[in-house]
Amino acid sequence: MNSIFSEIGILLKKDSTLEWREKTNLNGLLLFTVSTVFVCYLSFNQKSVQLSPITWNTLFWIIQLFAALNGASNSFTKEAKGRHFYYYQMLSPQAIIISKIIYNAILMMSISFIGLGVYSVVLGNPIQDMPLFCFVVALGGFGFSSSLTMVAGISSKAQGNSTLMAVLGLPAILPMILMLIKLSKNAIDGIARSQSMDEILVIFAIDIIIVTVSFLLFPYLWRS
Amino acid sequence: MKGAWWKITAVILLFYTLVGGLLLSVPRLDILNETIRNLYYHVPMWFGMMLVLLGSMIYSIKYLRSNNLHDDLWASELTNTGILFGILGIVTGMIWATFTWGEPWSNDPKQNAAAVGLLFYFAYLILRGSFKDDDQKAKISAIYNIFAFAVFIPLIFVLPRLTSSLHPGNGGNPGFDQYKSDSNLRLVFYPAIIGWTLLGVWFTQLRVRMKKAEDKILDID
Repeated sequence: MNSIFSEIGILLKKDSTLEWREKTNLNGLLLFTVSTVFVCYLSFNQKSVQLSPITWNTLFWIIQLFAALNGASNSFTKEAKGRHFYYYQMLSPQAIIISKIIYNAILMMSISFIGLGVYSVVLGNPIQDMPLFCFVVALGGFGFSSSLTMVAGISSKAQGNSTLMAVLGLPAILPMILMLIKLSKNAIDGIARSQSMDEILVIFAIDIIIVTVSFLLFPYLWRS
Repeated sequence: MKGAWWKITAVILLFYTLVGGLLLSVPRLDILNETIRNLYYHVPMWFGMMLVLLGSMIYSIKYLRSNNLHDDLWASELTNTGILFGILGIVTGMIWATFTWGEPWSNDPKQNAAAVGLLFYFAYLILRGSFKDDDQKAKISAIYNIFAFAVFIPLIFVLPRLTSSLHPGNGGNPGFDQYKSDSNLRLVFYPAIIGWTLLGVWFTQLRVRMKKAEDKILDID
């Protein structure tokens, strides 16, 4: 068990070093989020229209959803083909999937927070319970990454077809995003936090199911 | 004729469902009126779909353990049957909803969840189509099938119960149990579930045999 944790640590370090060294991926993702936000801002023509909180909320999560889809889709295709054989001999598949999920979660959380910053600057900020909203965004980053990492693994086996990633990923992420939208609506309205416990529990439950299933299935995917 | 007993059972049960469903008395209820007879068609579609998809997932697990392409064929054909049941379930539900809720699609969480569930399994078909190699196709789609089922179950069983739904038994609505206290409904409802599910398995078996025959013909060519 101990070795899995150390393997996860090493893989996380490897992934973040790699990301930092080749910044195009990270920068591309950031630029994608920012430009999508800007396109939305211009399309809504903010000067004359004030977005209602519901539209604001939904639009925010849709943008996050597509940023996450883009971010996750190359989590297994970044590296040179031959290197996978090397990992295959050195590491346990469980360590690989867990480290990818954690890594994607960190990546998506940071993208989401930067996105939130830009979004609230240009499109206004109707949130009343900011700490809860930030918690939801963090939860969303983890939820997106847990749902999408396994899907990215599956679609990378089909020669990294990007349509396939969207087709497989969107239904997988839907229960998560519905819960997130509901929860963040509570945060926007500033409803008592005890009212949101149900949704938080459901999100955690979905996360646990998905991570467990990924943990069990990834070894088979890896071997093929 | 050996092994045909369950097909005969399916035919008898479905014949009984058709006749009994139309002739036996049903409780007189406001709004529902005679449409309550759709209980014998709409609800068994969902039961059949869930059972067939469960079977498909079990075959996918079997495939991952055995690497036998026969198991994969069963898994994929059971999914096809599940999709057929799902579409029929949505259509019968929409017809029922038109007469009871006033419109075919009323943004009910269960309707939405069912539609998303179908998206999952359409994606499964797309995924299967994008591989050339049979073993690779079987393995990856088995993995996705298990994954999809694990995500689909909370989607359709947990989420609708948290939100308000027009369906019975959700969001504070009374369940169907109170109507079922009329034992006439049960008398047809349970046989209908068994009958439709058996019919689905029969469909699947025929399609599996057809696929195998096609493969054999291709091999000869």
